Amino acid sequence: MNFQYDHLVPLVVVLPLVGAGLTVVAGRHTLVQRLVSGTILASVVAISFVLLYAADQHRTLTVRVGGWPVDQGIVLVVDRLAALMLVVSTVVTFAVMLYSSGRGLSSDDEDEHDGGAPLPIFHPTLLVLSAGVSTTFVSGDLFHLYVGFEMLLFASFVLLTLGGTKERVRAGTNYVIVNLLSSIVFVTAIALVYAATGTVNLARLAVRIPELPESTQLVLQSMLLVGFLIKAAVFPMSAWLPDSYPTAPAPVTAVFAGLLTKVGVYSIIRMQTLLFPGDRLDNLLMVLAFLTMVVGILGAVAQADIKRLLSYTLVSHIGYMLFGVAVGNVAGLSAAIYYVVHHITIQTTLFLVTGLVELKRGTTSLTKLGGLAQTAPLISLLFFVPAMNLSGIPPLSGFIGKVGLLQAGAERGTPLAYLLIAGSVITSLLTLYAMSRVWSRAFWREPVEPLPGAQRSKLTLGVVLPTVMLVLFGLGLTAFGGPLYQITDRAAATLQERTGYMTAVIGQEGAP
Amino acid sequence: MSPSLALALLAGVLFGTGVVLLLSRSLVRSLLGVILMSNGANVVYLIASGRAGRAPIVDGKTTPPIGEGGIADPLPQAMVLTAIVITLAVTAFTLALAHRAFELRSSDLIEDDVEGRRAHDRAVANDLSDSDYRDTSDPYSVDSKETDVPHTEELGPAPAEGVSR
Repeated sequence: MNFQYDHLVPLVVVLPLVGAGLTVVAGRHTLVQRLVSGTILASVVAISFVLLYAADQHRTLTVRVGGWPVDQGIVLVVDRLAALMLVVSTVVTFAVMLYSSGRGLSSDDEDEHDGGAPLPIFHPTLLVLSAGVSTTFVSGDLFHLYVGFEMLLFASFVLLTLGGTKERVRAGTNYVIVNLLSSIVFVTAIALVYAATGTVNLARLAVRIPELPESTQLVLQSMLLVGFLIKAAVFPMSAWLPDSYPTAPAPVTAVFAGLLTKVGVYSIIRMQTLLFPGDRLDNLLMVLAFLTMVVGILGAVAQADIKRLLSYTLVSHIGYMLFGVAVGNVAGLSAAIYYVVHHITIQTTLFLVTGLVELKRGTTSLTKLGGLAQTAPLISLLFFVPAMNLSGIPPLSGFIGKVGLLQAGAERGTPLAYLLIAGSVITSLLTLYAMSRVWSRAFWREPVEPLPGAQRSKLTLGVVLPTVMLVLFGLGLTAFGGPLYQITDRAAATLQERTGYMTAVIGQEGAP
Repeated sequence: MSPSLALALLAGVLFGTGVVLLLSRSLVRSLLGVILMSNGANVVYLIASGRAGRAPIVDGKTTPPIGEGGIADPLPQAMVLTAIVITLAVTAFTLALAHRAFELRSSDLIEDDVEGRRAHDRAVANDLSDSDYRDTSDPYSVDSKETDVPHTEELGPAPAEGVSR
C-alpha cells in the first residue's frame, strides 16, 4: 500500500488517546508520564504541520473510518481550515504540557492553591482534551463532532475541578451545567437535522439542506447556532466563562482560553459556510458580535485581578472572530481565521505569563502587585509583547488581523458593518486601556511588599522556556504574516466555494 | 413519514420539566433536569428514525428497505446509544461534584461568584477606591493609597460598607 497523506489524519486523534492510556498506567512515575505525553504531543505537532502542508499544497484529505460507505460511517476530513486549526491547537497544547511539567509538581503535592493538584490525572486528561479538540477539527460528520465536543468537555470538567477545592467546585458547577445545556441543544439539533435530511454527513448535508423549506432551514440553523454560541461564549451566553476560568490552575486556564471557545468558533465557521450558505442570520450575528466585543471589554476594564481581566478580554475578542464570520465574504472569513490563529496563541501566552507572575509573587490581584518591571524584567517583557499584540499595536499580528476585519467590513458596506467597524476600533482601544492598566499597576508602580504567607517559588527554566517559546511563536505569526495570510485566504476561498469539500468526500464513492 | 404524536408530546413534557428543574439553585435538581432533557433528546431521535420495523440485522447480500415492513433505521439507534452512554457519564461526574460540594459546604446550592458580586456591590455603592480615578494627582503611588484609603478594604472579600450580600 502506497503512502498517502490521508493515512496520517486519524493519528492526531489516536496518538493522544493511546498516550492517555499509557500515562494512566504510568500514574506513579512522573518522569515516564512527562516523557510519554511530551513525545506524543511533539509527534502530533509534527503530523499537524505535515497535514497543513498536504492540505494546502495538494488537496483536501479524507478518511472513511473503518471503510464504511459515506452515508453509514464516519468521514474524517482535513481541509486548509482544519489543518491550520490543528497546527495551532497542538502547538499550544504542547507548550502548556511543557509548562506544567516544568513547574515540577510531584504527585504527592498537597498544595491546593495553584494547581498542585493530584498530578497523576493531569497528563492523561490533557491528552484526552487534545484528542477531543483534534476530533472536532477533523470530523466530517455532525454526530462525530458532538462526540468530539463531549470528549473535550469531560476532560475540561476534570481539569477545571482539579483538587476539588471549594472555589473550583463552585466554578465547576456552573461550567458543567451550562456546557451540558449547550450539548443537549446541540444533540437535539442533530436529531432534527437527521429527521429533515436523513444524514449527518457534513458533505451530504451541504447538498440536502439548501433543498429544504426556508422555515425548516431557519429552525435547524438557529438551534445549531445556539449550541455553538454558548460554547464560543458569545455575549448573551458568555457569563459562564469569566466566572469559571480564573479559578483553575494557570496551565489549565491557558489551554482552556486558547482552545475551548475556538472550537465553538470553528464549528460556527464550518456551519455557516458549508451547511447554511447565504446571509440568512448574518445581521443577527453582527449584532451579537458587536455586543460581545463591547460588553466583554467593559467587563475587563472593571476587574481587579489579572486572570479575570484576561478572561473578559477573551470573551470580548471572540466578537472579532464572529465579526469576520458574520460579514461572510472571503476577506471576512480569511481575517476571522487569521484572528483565530492569532488569538489562540496570544491568549494562551498571556495566561501562562500570568501563571509566572503568580508563581513569583503568589497573587494575581492588581491591588497587591507592583514593581514587577523592576524586580522581574523578564516576566515584564514576556507580558508586554503579547499584551501589545492583543491590543493590536502595529506591526504585530493582532493589528494585521484587525485591519483585515475592518477591510472586510468596509467591503460589505452595510450600516451594520460600519457599526461593527466602529465597535471593533473602540474595543481595541479599550483593550489597550485594560492592558496598560495591568502594566502600570502590576509592573510599573513602586514595588509592593509581598503579603505575609503568600506562596512564592523560584522560577525555573522549565516554566520560562515554554512561555518564551509561545511568545516567539506569536511573533512568528507576525513575521510570517504574509505567507500565513495567503494560506487563510486560500482556506476562506475553499470554504466559500463549498464544492471542494463536497467532492473530496462524496466524489470518491466509487473509488476502491 | 408521519411522526408519532405520543412520542412528540413525551419529548415536550420531558424538555419542559427538565427546564423547570434546571432553573433551580440546587445542583442535584439541575442534574435531574439535565437527565430529563437528555432523555427528551433521545426520544426526539426515536421520532427522527421514522417508522418502527424489524431488527436491523442484515446478511450483507440483500439490503432490505428501511421503514414499514422492512428494518428499522439503525443509524439513529447507534446515535441514541452513544448519547445514553454520555448521559450516564455526565450523571456520574455531576453526582460526584454535588457530593464534593456537600462535603465542603453542607449544601449543594450553587453560589454566586464572589469577585463578580464584589464588582457589582462596588458599582452600586459608587465606591471608587479601587478605580484609576481615585486620586488624580498620582493614582499609582503607594503612599497616597495608604493615606487615602483604609487598607482593610483591599485585603478581605468584604464589600463597601452599607451593602449587604
